[in-house]
Amino acid sequence: MRSNAPVSRMERFRLRAGLGRWNPGQQSEAWIFLIPGLTGFVIFVLIPIVMSMGVSLTKWDLLGPPEFVGIANYVELLTRDRVFGRVLVNTLYYTVVIAPLQLGLGLTLATALNQQIRAMSFYRLIYFMPVVTNIVAAALVFQWLLNRDFGIISSIIWDIAERYGVPVQPPDWINNPIWSKPAVVLLTLWKNVGFTMVIYLAGLQGVPEALYDAARVDGANGWQRFRYVTIPMVSPITFFLLVIQMIGAFQLFAEPFVLFGGEPPQSTLSIVYYIWQNAFEFFRMGKATAIAWLLFAIIFVVTFIQLRLQRRWVHYEV
Amino acid sequence: MATTTGTARAGSDLPQVVREPVNRTHVALHVLLIAGSAVMLLPFFWMLSTSLKYPPEIFTYPPTWIPNTIAWDNYPNALTAVPFDRYYLNSLIIAVSVVFLQLTTSSLSAFAFARLRFAGRDKLFTIWLATLMIPFPVLLIPNFVIVRSLGWYDSYQALIIPPAFSAFSTFLLRQHYRGIPLEMDDAARIDGASSFRIWWQIMLPMSKTTLAAVAIFVFLGSWNEFLWPLVITYRDEMRTIPVGLSKFQGQFNTRWELLMAGAVTAMLPILIVYMMAQKWFIRGITITGMGGR
Repeated sequence: MRSNAPVSRMERFRLRAGLGRWNPGQQSEAWIFLIPGLTGFVIFVLIPIVMSMGVSLTKWDLLGPPEFVGIANYVELLTRDRVFGRVLVNTLYYTVVIAPLQLGLGLTLATALNQQIRAMSFYRLIYFMPVVTNIVAAALVFQWLLNRDFGIISSIIWDIAERYGVPVQPPDWINNPIWSKPAVVLLTLWKNVGFTMVIYLAGLQGVPEALYDAARVDGANGWQRFRYVTIPMVSPITFFLLVIQMIGAFQLFAEPFVLFGGEPPQSTLSIVYYIWQNAFEFFRMGKATAIAWLLFAIIFVVTFIQLRLQRRWVHYEV
Repeated sequence: MATTTGTARAGSDLPQVVREPVNRTHVALHVLLIAGSAVMLLPFFWMLSTSLKYPPEIFTYPPTWIPNTIAWDNYPNALTAVPFDRYYLNSLIIAVSVVFLQLTTSSLSAFAFARLRFAGRDKLFTIWLATLMIPFPVLLIPNFVIVRSLGWYDSYQALIIPPAFSAFSTFLLRQHYRGIPLEMDDAARIDGASSFRIWWQIMLPMSKTTLAAVAIFVFLGSWNEFLWPLVITYRDEMRTIPVGLSKFQGQFNTRWELLMAGAVTAMLPILIVYMMAQKWFIRGITITGMGGR
């Protein structure tokens, strides 16, 4: 019990004033503060989680009553559904390509802008601009930008090819399965590189100048200072960005949807698109939620592995 | 990197003029950054240029960078082909309401989690946080079913109420409130202030920056949200800008001048606001993006 423990004057004062004590009045008061948030949390998060588990075990077209089928949806997805296999491969491609490019470009830009360079905030303004734009509008612009016959990218490639006599042809980004995924990657990079840049920039500003000075005294050149000071010092941010960029890449939806005019080719289908398609085009709610849970499982496993691996390369200040 | 070229050359006995040396690294950096900026701006430029061309010029080869004749009427044509003004109004009503409601519910719960004592507080907070790991697609279909059974399908409620709660915002604000010295509460309590008054007159005023950051983050999220409004709206007059734009694309899929005029209209206001308040946007994204640190 408290009474026997030595109590400081301040503590005695706080107790006498009724502060920091477990009082029943505060209990009920706390629930008043919690009610608005908690109601929404229960109705739109907790109940849906439970429902979603149930729905994934049924066959349900939203109209009739759901029919219990056990784990049949999961079995079908993991063993027979060829399209789902493609979707997983596409997702793997997006994740493996987008996350490292995004981080590499972001860190490069942030480092460049962190050199007390003139017009820094002007550059930052420009690189960050796509982040605030609407993804649907952006995808629409890229669809036209990458148009093989009349798009400006094609025209630039033709120009270069003609001028230097290189026999290259602009790719058909939209219709060629080999180039359709890079089109999604380009759009995603353009849209998000400003975000990683800004987060890195905040991180770089927290690296003590003394570390760079020490490295200089030891004769480290620019690259060595980057490699042995900057990279370890921002590694917690790299880890954090890696996790959220991968989770983001697992959940692309508007990008392939709009870039290919609402009918993305199989080579670009993402998991979330496949969920949407099963639910709202084919009315297979059970299968759609089963895919969603598999998505959760993938995210969970990948994040867990990253948390494990981080000990090897993430450097935390003690 | 800061190199020291051109200073203190051997043999020169003239006093060194105090002048910043031309930093070669900086010149190289500027060249690269300008090239990068050109790449970043190209889509914007191409969008604007196409939105001001007449159809024949759009399909000429080689493409023109600047339209020969400026086709202003693409804008009225695009904006009247579909009810863009309605999409705008919807997006604005929804984003403003979501920001207001989400900030209110989150900061109230965050205050309880950060400052009040009640049985099961830490357990409840852990559950709250754990749900952040569940991706939205898992909740999509149940939310659709719940919202429909509440009779909210294709209504403002459907677009405003479910996003009015956020575990993420609650988490951010709780972290922030915990950083405010406890002595502030104590002093107020001794003076007889109620918890509500402490929240309203101490916590909120001391959290302006964080609240603004979360508000910007939530606004952008709501303004750009695509999946939820796509599935929960049906009538044209309930659509938001992203959904309206994607339907517009389906209807006019080769009328690039109209589509680009639509895209410009969708992007422009938020870009203007961003340019005027760059600092706030960057701060908002940094604070929320780094989990409140």
